[in-house]
Amino acid sequence: MNREIAVVAFAQSDHRRTSDESSEVEMLMPVLHEVLERTGLKTADIGFTCSGSSDYLAGRAFSFTLALDGVGAWPPISESHVEMDGAWALYEAWVKLRTGDADTALVYSYGKSSPGSVRDVLTRQLDPYYMAPLWPDSVALAALQAQALIDAGRTDEPALAAVGARSRADAGTNPHAQLRGSVPQGDYLVRPLRTGDCPPIGDGAAAVILAAGERARDLCERPAWIRGIDHRVEAHAIGVRDLTDSPSTRLAAERAGAFERPVDTAELHAPFSSQEVVLREALRLGDSVRVNPSGGALAANPVMAAGLIRIGEAAARIHRGESDRALAHATSGPCLQQNLVAVLEGDPR
Amino acid sequence: MSAVLKAPLTVEFPFTRSVGPVQSAFLTGLRERVILGVRTGDGRTLVPPVEYDPVTAEEIRDLVEVAPTGTVTTWAWNHAPRRGQPLDTPFAWVLVRLDGADTALLHALDAPGPDAVHTGMRVRVRWAGERSGAVTDIACFEPYDGDPAEPTGHSGEFADAVTGIVARARLDYTYSPGRATTGYLHALAGHRMVGERCPSCRKVYVPPRGACPTCGVATAEQVEVGPGGTVTTFCIVNIKAKNLDIEVPYVYAHIALDGADLALHGRIAGIPYDQVRMGLRVEPVWTEGGRYPDHYRPTGEPDAAYDTYKELL
Amino acid sequence: MSKEPVAVIGVGQTKHVAARRDVSIAGLVREAARRALDDAELTWADIDAVVIGKAPDFFEGVMMPELYLADALGAVGKPLMRVHTAGSVGGSTALVAAGLVAARVHGTVLTLAFEKQSESNAMWGLSLPIPFQQPLLAGAGGFFAPHVRAYMRRSGAPDTVGSLVAYKNRRNALKNPYAHLHEHDITLEKVQASPMLWDPIRYSETCPSSDGACAMVLTDRAGAARAPRPAAWMHGGAMRSEPTLFAGKDCVSPRAGRDCAADVYRQAGIADPRREIDAVEMYVPFSWYEPMWLENLGFAAEGEGWKLTEAGVTELDGDLPVDMSGGVLSTNPIGASGMIRFAEAALQVRGLAGEHQVDGARRVLGHAYGGGSQFFAMWLVGAEPPSS
Repeated sequence: MNREIAVVAFAQSDHRRTSDESSEVEMLMPVLHEVLERTGLKTADIGFTCSGSSDYLAGRAFSFTLALDGVGAWPPISESHVEMDGAWALYEAWVKLRTGDADTALVYSYGKSSPGSVRDVLTRQLDPYYMAPLWPDSVALAALQAQALIDAGRTDEPALAAVGARSRADAGTNPHAQLRGSVPQGDYLVRPLRTGDCPPIGDGAAAVILAAGERARDLCERPAWIRGIDHRVEAHAIGVRDLTDSPSTRLAAERAGAFERPVDTAELHAPFSSQEVVLREALRLGDSVRVNPSGGALAANPVMAAGLIRIGEAAARIHRGESDRALAHATSGPCLQQNLVAVLEGDPR
Repeated sequence: MSAVLKAPLTVEFPFTRSVGPVQSAFLTGLRERVILGVRTGDGRTLVPPVEYDPVTAEEIRDLVEVAPTGTVTTWAWNHAPRRGQPLDTPFAWVLVRLDGADTALLHALDAPGPDAVHTGMRVRVRWAGERSGAVTDIACFEPYDGDPAEPTGHSGEFADAVTGIVARARLDYTYSPGRATTGYLHALAGHRMVGERCPSCRKVYVPPRGACPTCGVATAEQVEVGPGGTVTTFCIVNIKAKNLDIEVPYVYAHIALDGADLALHGRIAGIPYDQVRMGLRVEPVWTEGGRYPDHYRPTGEPDAAYDTYKELL
Repeated sequence: MSKEPVAVIGVGQTKHVAARRDVSIAGLVREAARRALDDAELTWADIDAVVIGKAPDFFEGVMMPELYLADALGAVGKPLMRVHTAGSVGGSTALVAAGLVAARVHGTVLTLAFEKQSESNAMWGLSLPIPFQQPLLAGAGGFFAPHVRAYMRRSGAPDTVGSLVAYKNRRNALKNPYAHLHEHDITLEKVQASPMLWDPIRYSETCPSSDGACAMVLTDRAGAARAPRPAAWMHGGAMRSEPTLFAGKDCVSPRAGRDCAADVYRQAGIADPRREIDAVEMYVPFSWYEPMWLENLGFAAEGEGWKLTEAGVTELDGDLPVDMSGGVLSTNPIGASGMIRFAEAALQVRGLAGEHQVDGARRVLGHAYGGGSQFFAMWLVGAEPPSS
């Protein structure tokens, strides 16, 4: 059943360094209310609900079962959860709508990095025999990738600093961003990456509503139609990959139809400035493409939600008439191991 | 609203990992100061050896020894080592392609400073003094300007092979329970049970969870419940749980406090365990310094009729 | 255009045991995946996407382990998804994979669920200490035992029924080479004499803790036409969730379970499940849940489920066999347990269940649940393709 499916609403929290006055559900619930309000839908009107989160972030098993309290899952709902970024929850919901089993879907994700040390927590994602026992933190792995890019002559430290500066300047108009305006590039965290090349650590949540066909037009003046969406994974070990390239991003983009026509906007989930360099090339984004007008993950990176936010931000620009064809990207795993690409379009104006 | 509560939360466990044949050979080799790779169907040598070809997904078992010397393919200077990392003085993270290998191994390089490190530099393994068959048997790499070391031609067969590792993992978190639970805990300190009422369905949740789970809206209106309550159902625990200093058998019950719309959990005492029954009326017993009631005991009231609590089961 | 019919053409399991000390986590999942591919006579290249599920990451101490498992599962260059819906996850994972085929996103999908509980300790993983929180006063059995007592009170079931289920399932497990517990000297008297752990639940009425994996190859009509062995066809599948605890929750017969079953029956065109369904692979971690779920799933009226059990209806040679494989009571790699139910249901309608085959099974229900009896996943598979 090849139905047209669109993002019809997007909401997100204000992303902050800490949210210790709120539990996860207390942080998430206002975002759910806001996204539902935008469409006038209630939980009971939603055909399918899917969320993305990770138990490891805040150190609580089954964290998603408590978050479900914020949905109001009564009468019982058709619902699923991925232990992945919310972008993949959106993908699961998109598949569900494609089957025709549902006409609308609520997708949400949240992450609280403030309770733990996210650099150390993410080491637990690595193979548990050869890599995890060395505790190589997420900044260190990204720094190895950045140095490989510098060695290959693909970037240099000033160029990386410019990525961070541009992102935070753009975030000046994004009230939800954690880092906005002029932020010092700072010292090396792990050389060659400086503080300014790295994402802020913080807490946040996001939610999206999808709808199929005419339902989408009923709920949104200018739906952001998902023309294509695909995701691909690479080998796990960073020593077997070419860290200066992202073949999985390129393949996902091809499958999503990203190369069929140029996009005007791209929201890239590049937590590190150097990763934007890799992604721009893999996605063949020219200088005319507006990259990360929201400020991207360098301005706010609530882990597990930051990918979904890219899709939401790209869709919101289409809703507002600021874009006609946008690309959204999400990533997961060390050094861009897994990547998702969605292509969104608005109806002609 | 009350001040934010916080407490340390440590998630720590010594995971017992069985490693399978290929990883066993590699890790045993490290113990014996031998580095093994694995050869793929198209003739590449992967170090460290993985069990499945990252390109073809085929199972690969053909072990081959490589040299303990190699070339840095990329690096990153870590001036502030973190807990658990290979060195506790500043070092470089490196990917090293060992001589004879086609892929790179992640480890640490001990060097005096970032100016002493560059991609393409030659390094060799520095072995740990005590080795157990783990990736940390390589203490780190160190700069090396000699010729490639010659492999000894090891077969990959070992007596007394390592079959597993114990991977200790500790993560430290700071837990904060959020607004609703914080309010509940503050009230408990005064031996009061205070729940929250849903503004929509009017049900009273004790403990409050911040959201009414059926309506999906925030609860806020505080409602004191109890202290009396009714045992709705229970079980008799006959096995001693770890970390619990309670003599068995004891009764673990669901207790609907008067005024609450769902039951909470507690232990029943002050009555022989085999006389506890559904409908028993109970009240909390607090002990000095306890955050929660130590247990609940019979009030002596007549039992509640089944119809009065069957909706709370 | 309607949905693409979904067929199960490959099933693979590991021999489930307390501890698989001879393999890595990758080695464990690989074994099940390889067997599923072999059953379907396919290679890694034939797989378009991989959907994997497991319960909390703390069990193995690997965050999002699918990233590390991508190579072992032949997922490099392909889409890889990871589902986690607590105890129902094995079922949910299969349904997510089936959705990819039904929506014609992919032609052939590998789905897999696993748990390697021996890497840590399940009770540790299930009850990480939370500051300020009252410590749990009893183990997992203590969580469910009060609900069992509530069921007994409501239904008037005699306290002997739980032992009958355990005795039946453990005997069924003897006919299943992959089952964890093979208690050759099992007798009803031994079950009845086993210690009462969380009264009313006895030791022999609880599930073990297992290492294991289960995999299936799902495909479309074209893929099924090429398959070397009979396919199992999906006639209905659904997930339902309700909150963990809430005012008015029916912990004995949760509405989410009833609604989920009703949705599956509607899709499959089943009006009378007791008459039209031949057998059930039911998620029964404590023996009393068999009569409870018989009611929740509509096989018996409220309060009557235990009578089916007592009358032998759910025996392997009964009128409605339940847990022919031995069930969760005999094998419990938590994250995989739901998928094993789904896969065993598929084996039955394919006629490939071996010694525990129910003769002439044409329509079989696979059932999984998790969390505080709040997440449900079910599918109904048939020997024939769906008619519509």
